[in-house]
Amino acid sequence: MLQDVSIISALWKIISGGDGDFYSIILLSLEVTLTAVTLAGCVGLPLGAMLALTRFRGRLPIIVVINTLMGFPPVVAGLVVFLLLSRSGPLGGLGLLFTPQAMMTAQFILVLPIIVALTRQTVEDLWSEYADHMTSLGVGRIGSIPTLLWDARFSLVTTMLAGLGRASAEVGAILIVGGNIAGYTRTMTTSIALETSKGDLPLAMALGVVLITITLCINGLAYGVSRIGAKLAGGR
Amino acid sequence: MLRRTFLTALAATTIAFTAFGPASAEDRFITVASTTSTQDSGLFNVLLPAFTAKTGITVKVVAQGTGQALDTARRGDADVVFVHAKAQEEKFLAEGFGVKRYPVMYNDFIVVGPKADPAGIAGGKDVATAFKTMADKKVPFVSRGDKSGTNTAELKLWQVAGVDLAAVRGDWYREIGQGMGATLNTAGAMGAYTLSDRATWLAFANKGDLVVVVEGDKKLFNQYGAMLVNPEKFPTVKAKDGQAFIDWLVSPEGQAVIASYKINGTQLFFPNATDPKA
Repeated sequence: MLQDVSIISALWKIISGGDGDFYSIILLSLEVTLTAVTLAGCVGLPLGAMLALTRFRGRLPIIVVINTLMGFPPVVAGLVVFLLLSRSGPLGGLGLLFTPQAMMTAQFILVLPIIVALTRQTVEDLWSEYADHMTSLGVGRIGSIPTLLWDARFSLVTTMLAGLGRASAEVGAILIVGGNIAGYTRTMTTSIALETSKGDLPLAMALGVVLITITLCINGLAYGVSRIGAKLAGGR
Repeated sequence: MLRRTFLTALAATTIAFTAFGPASAEDRFITVASTTSTQDSGLFNVLLPAFTAKTGITVKVVAQGTGQALDTARRGDADVVFVHAKAQEEKFLAEGFGVKRYPVMYNDFIVVGPKADPAGIAGGKDVATAFKTMADKKVPFVSRGDKSGTNTAELKLWQVAGVDLAAVRGDWYREIGQGMGATLNTAGAMGAYTLSDRATWLAFANKGDLVVVVEGDKKLFNQYGAMLVNPEKFPTVKAKDGQAFIDWLVSPEGQAVIASYKINGTQLFFPNATDPKA
């Protein structure tokens, strides 16, 4: 039923651009995922660090909730964004349901808790080393945030990659809020779901191989860069 | 208060993303809520480019089951619905969500099942008898179970066959709540029977051990209709461009494109916009 040969020929069809708009599908996937993860990083890294260093009432429950949200079911996140962005929902006036922006929003919601939670843990651990030093320098907790984020940057690359993994592998949320519209909101994962349902298993599998390969390249690149960075920083 | 803050934050996030989105070259577009059968069969791949070439209007299709597609339109999230369950469509009209229903085309449903045919219904011409036999023998049957057009037709066929599904259902009757393609995949893997629209079946690439066992009964008729979503309910509905799409579908030109769509020489959909009873 599912022969290696048919997967390879489907793979060749994708790579040679011989059939349809696979390149635009790949580009859209990257665009949606990278945008969502970058923005989640811009918000999540400082937020996580602040949560690590500040002390206020209700901090512990918030940490528990955010840790729980790391396991937020994508299909629920999708449903929430769907109901909000629907024309009948509170943000319906924006007209953003079934757009790439809606997919980015859903993925942002999924990725943010992961980045906040992991950053909080990393920074809190680092603070236990730095506390005396920073205090003796007269730098407050909030003032230490940039230093701590910078010094934890190599661990935080892994944090960002965890977020990226969540976003790039996800199909439940973006299927609901994007609608899997051909040439507009169809991504790698929604294509795989569609081709599976059409019974074209070799093509679905080949798309899966492409997706995993791209993810592997991004991870390799990020790891390489952070290794080189660590070496340079260590050499100084 | 908290809800307000959350909504504002979410709105801000979403709007921030609009800066990153792909530049929307196609400003003139309509959203059509349609069924998995029209998409999975490949019809839209020939139909939509022809319409866009003629009018410059891009059509974005969200393919769902008929029930879900109508619900999408009920929330104002589509401009046009293009579905196949007449009773549900008429309810949609009666509720005031649609403007007018246009018959567009038809094909037929078929009963597919394993080649070995444990129910012994292959070659039958009366679908009611076939359904009665399947229920009596309790052979595995996969139901869409998703309020789609095909699911609606299937439930009606049990009724016509005099089968009280609530009373006899058991392990043999498996509702999976998924699209037609996924249902065929499941039926194939389980050696079960199922009801399919012919278009999805012909385009389906993983037939495996499944074959058509019953076809050609009038009760298996499958009519598709299109409706503009009522702009009086939702001012955001693109009434002019949406109606242009429907007008084109039922025009001689649109009907000819539908008739011309074939897979391996077999015509999938038969235009019948001129039939007032359809």
